[in-house]
Amino acid sequence: MTADSSLAAFLPELVLCATILAMLFVRLFSLGKYVNAFYIALPGTLVALYFAASTGGMLGDAGGAGMHSGERMEIFTGMLVYDSFSVFIRAALLLFVVLFLFFTKISGIPDHDDGPDIYSLVLGATLGMCLMATANHLLMVFLAVEMASVPSYVLAGLMKGRRKASEAALKYAVYGAGAAGVMLYGISLLAGLLNTAHLPTMAVVLSEKIHTLGASEQLVLVFGALLISVGIAFKLSAVPFHFWCPDVFEGATAEVNAFLSVASKAAALALLVRVVLGLGMIAPHSHVPGARTAALSKPAVEKTAAVFNVAHEPARAGENHSPSDAKKPHVVAAAGHDATAALLPVRDFTGKLIALFAVLTCTFGNLAAYGQTNIKRLLAYSTIAHAGYMMMAVAALIALAGVNTASAREAAAALGIYVGVYLFMNLGAFAVVAFLRNAMRSEEITDYAGLIRRCPLTVICFAAILFSLIGLPPLAGFYGKFAIFASLADGYSLLKGSGTGFYLMLLLVVGGINTAISLFYYLRVVKVMTIDPEPRDRQPFTFSDVSLAGAYLWLITLPTFAIMIYPSGLTALARAAAEHLF
Amino acid sequence: MELIYLISLIVFLPALGALVIAFLPGNKTDLIRYVTFGICLATLLLSGYAFFLSPTAFDVSKGEMQNVFNIPWIPSFNIEYFMGVDGISLPLVMLTTLVSFLAMWASWSITKYVKAYCILFLLLETGMIGVFLALDFFLFYVFWEVMLLPMYFLIGVWGGPRKEYAALKFFLYTLAGSVLMLIAILMLYFNGDLGDPAMQPHLARCNLSPAVQERAEEAAKQRLAGKKEVAPVHTFNILAMQQIGQHTKQYLTPILGCKLQYWAFILLFIGFAIKVPSVPVHTWLPDAHVEAPTPISMILAGILLKMGGYGIIRMCYPICPLAGYELSGWVCGIGVVSMIYGAFAALAQKDFKRMVAYSSVSHMGYVVLGLGVWSADGGNFYNSDYWNMGVQGAMFQMIGHGISSAGMFFMVGVVYDRVHHRNLEEFGGLFGKMPVYTAMAIGIFFAGLGLPGLCGFIGEVFVVLSVWKFSICLAVLSSAVVVLTAAYILWAIQRVYLGAEYRGPHEDHLTPSTLRENTIGITLLVLAVLFGVFPYQVPGGLSYMEKTITQQTSDLAQWTRDNIAEPPPAVEAPLRGTPTSLTRQSSADDL
Repeated sequence: MTADSSLAAFLPELVLCATILAMLFVRLFSLGKYVNAFYIALPGTLVALYFAASTGGMLGDAGGAGMHSGERMEIFTGMLVYDSFSVFIRAALLLFVVLFLFFTKISGIPDHDDGPDIYSLVLGATLGMCLMATANHLLMVFLAVEMASVPSYVLAGLMKGRRKASEAALKYAVYGAGAAGVMLYGISLLAGLLNTAHLPTMAVVLSEKIHTLGASEQLVLVFGALLISVGIAFKLSAVPFHFWCPDVFEGATAEVNAFLSVASKAAALALLVRVVLGLGMIAPHSHVPGARTAALSKPAVEKTAAVFNVAHEPARAGENHSPSDAKKPHVVAAAGHDATAALLPVRDFTGKLIALFAVLTCTFGNLAAYGQTNIKRLLAYSTIAHAGYMMMAVAALIALAGVNTASAREAAAALGIYVGVYLFMNLGAFAVVAFLRNAMRSEEITDYAGLIRRCPLTVICFAAILFSLIGLPPLAGFYGKFAIFASLADGYSLLKGSGTGFYLMLLLVVGGINTAISLFYYLRVVKVMTIDPEPRDRQPFTFSDVSLAGAYLWLITLPTFAIMIYPSGLTALARAAAEHLF
Repeated sequence: MELIYLISLIVFLPALGALVIAFLPGNKTDLIRYVTFGICLATLLLSGYAFFLSPTAFDVSKGEMQNVFNIPWIPSFNIEYFMGVDGISLPLVMLTTLVSFLAMWASWSITKYVKAYCILFLLLETGMIGVFLALDFFLFYVFWEVMLLPMYFLIGVWGGPRKEYAALKFFLYTLAGSVLMLIAILMLYFNGDLGDPAMQPHLARCNLSPAVQERAEEAAKQRLAGKKEVAPVHTFNILAMQQIGQHTKQYLTPILGCKLQYWAFILLFIGFAIKVPSVPVHTWLPDAHVEAPTPISMILAGILLKMGGYGIIRMCYPICPLAGYELSGWVCGIGVVSMIYGAFAALAQKDFKRMVAYSSVSHMGYVVLGLGVWSADGGNFYNSDYWNMGVQGAMFQMIGHGISSAGMFFMVGVVYDRVHHRNLEEFGGLFGKMPVYTAMAIGIFFAGLGLPGLCGFIGEVFVVLSVWKFSICLAVLSSAVVVLTAAYILWAIQRVYLGAEYRGPHEDHLTPSTLRENTIGITLLVLAVLFGVFPYQVPGGLSYMEKTITQQTSDLAQWTRDNIAEPPPAVEAPLRGTPTSLTRQSSADDL
């Protein structure tokens, strides 16, 4: 296995698979029952995280000859794509899972017996999410979405015997199945029209055909894109495909909510970026796995790759342009700037579609959160609203791609920054909810009244997280929001006068207004905890700030301060992630 | 001490103190109070040392930014940790440290959750000082918002019966304003370019960090060499934005059918007008002031309102001169409406504190009016003297109002602590029960009224005089407000302090004021007299503001001359003659 082979780039996923197998395998033995699955899942994830964070370096070392790490490389014959963006998202996902595992260990859900099942499901979903972030082929998109979703359905029903949990799981599964079916239909429409489902090839074909498409073909194209957007919008819980979200969040445990709201959302955003950029832009030059190490001695590797290509897409062989992965760079070079320009209508359409989703999602999420009395439902609507903010970055990204690469990279970096900040904010919020639920057996906001008298440190943490979610300085949430707003303003000043510029401005204004609206409901929670008196009829409970849970909360809350004081670290990472997208 | 550490310490000493207090045991309330008091005192002394005594003390003969330091903070957005003082910010920083100190001293009446109160109070102080010292717009914005959170809790937890409503209203108004501000900041950022060749002669005044300066010069060089695709050098540097606004056309690009300067000016002005507060966005103020505990009312009226005025003078006019010039009539109109409305509203109040709150609306109207009288147009041969006087009056009014309004709220608080009501109808005869307190209170209220010889007078008279050249109608109206002010203050004094005997509730609680209360009151009264008698000489007085304000107004007058109209007729305009002579003379006349 050479260092830049497909398998090497796929190592984190392989490690996850091995971990899942190990957890299930250990249970076969009677002694294995005494092993807590946490102690298998944690090292497995840590090793995967290590590989995910360091594969960039491995490539750089092995490639030599002026190869930068993190450059685009299509692996497994073009099914997946490996670049710095994949590295960033995958590392973020796995870092989250590590923190999440500690969280579940402290909160005690799942218990010892359920551990192997639940952790296998979590890691399985994570595997699917890693694939979502690297998908380069519409079939892979579908598989990855399903792979991430199916374990999530089960996780939603984790609390066996609770009616609400079962209801949540069922709702989630039915809704998810519907969305997946619709998406698959959309994929088949696009693949049928363009004779391929390989995203970069689709873009090339599209750029050639786009001016000769008849009205009915255009309709099919638009229809296909809309149907695919349904599937992605479901994963993003974007309005109007968000109905599952509050119910599932209310029924599932706070731990699962944390997982769904952070990991699932980050992966869905990465997938959105992959799909819209894949269709709307000619992909940059892509390396062939193994070519770099083998370049000096063995041309045989390339031959193997070519064989694979034919095998994996026979339909393409009959086409005029059979852009096998090895030849694609030439196609790109030939198509060059014109092809990118020809795809402008595609980018325009997807950009407007995403902007529309973003406006609806953000506004609806914030307005609906206002009336919630259950903290998990409130946070569910809050995550919906945040998906809206993050989609704004994608709208800016797609509007700027092909216009100004540097600014488009900044927009992608803004998304990366937001995801990085969001990870800590939402994990922290749900951790507080879970720990308080363990103590007081309640998730109603009114039961949090006067909590500051009982556990001031936890309340301060939670308040900091909620203020960060509003986007108030000096908390990191502000920096994320600022980065996204900045890329919108940048896009507007580059594109002003055009319709695109106008909707970017609209997004900026909507984002600003939404920030002010969101103040109401976040602040209400803080107010209840700090200003309201303690209710007399509340069940007695014990929750100490000075505990493992308290320490964990501080560990998660600290980055919301630290990232604001020293934002350059995260910014540099996010910029590196965006470096090779275009 | 290295400058950067000295200035940073002034800003962050209260925050560090808050961290220390977080580790003190919560039940030792007196210890916490004394430590907080010590930190506020130390901040006051440190700022006094830094600006008046240290080797790098403020030089009154210079109008430029002084004590400047600038290091990169977030290089990807050219955001810098950039601070400095000039004649506009220095008096306000001193006012902040002073009023914070006095307000902390007045906080002995707070007995609930003392530890949390002190922590929030100190965080608030850091935010306020930071706002006045920050010269990077992003940094400014961060400090601007930092001060929101503590204020919300200080009103919401320690406030009166409707505290939650008042706190939320305050928060929401300010946040809405600052979101508008953020949009304006971003648009200014992305449309400004330091690499414009037209900017090169002015870069020296921007105090850019070396790296940015280099990039700006390089970009300009490439542009002049005819290269097309040069990456622009955006900036959040407020001084650079001012130069861009005055010397280039970058902020004139049309946006949604209107020049960027208009949008920026309007959005920024709304954000600041909410803080000032001007009619019609003033409605948060009476609620917040009335519900807040006494020391927080002192801070609100004494410092927070000044941030709005500071923002207008520092951002709105210098960055968007065209919009400022063309909208100056509106700004002045808003100022006068606030003055009149505030005065009438104060007359109508039954609640003592509410009356003082509305008097703040009225008094801050003078500030907006004074800042807005851009009379340096063709009709005046681009003479900036009158406008200069208006701005100086506005600045002085901010300082004077900072002292007098903090004092008035304190005086209301003293009597409220005793009788637990503020109904003007039920007071009367306090003179007999609390003679020392009444004497101080009447002195402070007279300062608020604008009696000659007290701190409120200079600012009002400067502003009203400067308006004559701008609009006679507004001048007449604003002079008339003086009568209304006298009416509501004298009427209040009559109803509360004079009269035969106190007949309201809790009569037996009317004990003479304590030593602590007397000290705070006398300090404020002495300051009011000092600023009234020696407006020029007193530290932080007109002599400190004069050079900076003169420079700013004459720069803008120069801008008017270059950009607005064709050159004036044959008569030579006394453009940069002796701009200070007029103001100095008039202040002497006033005495």
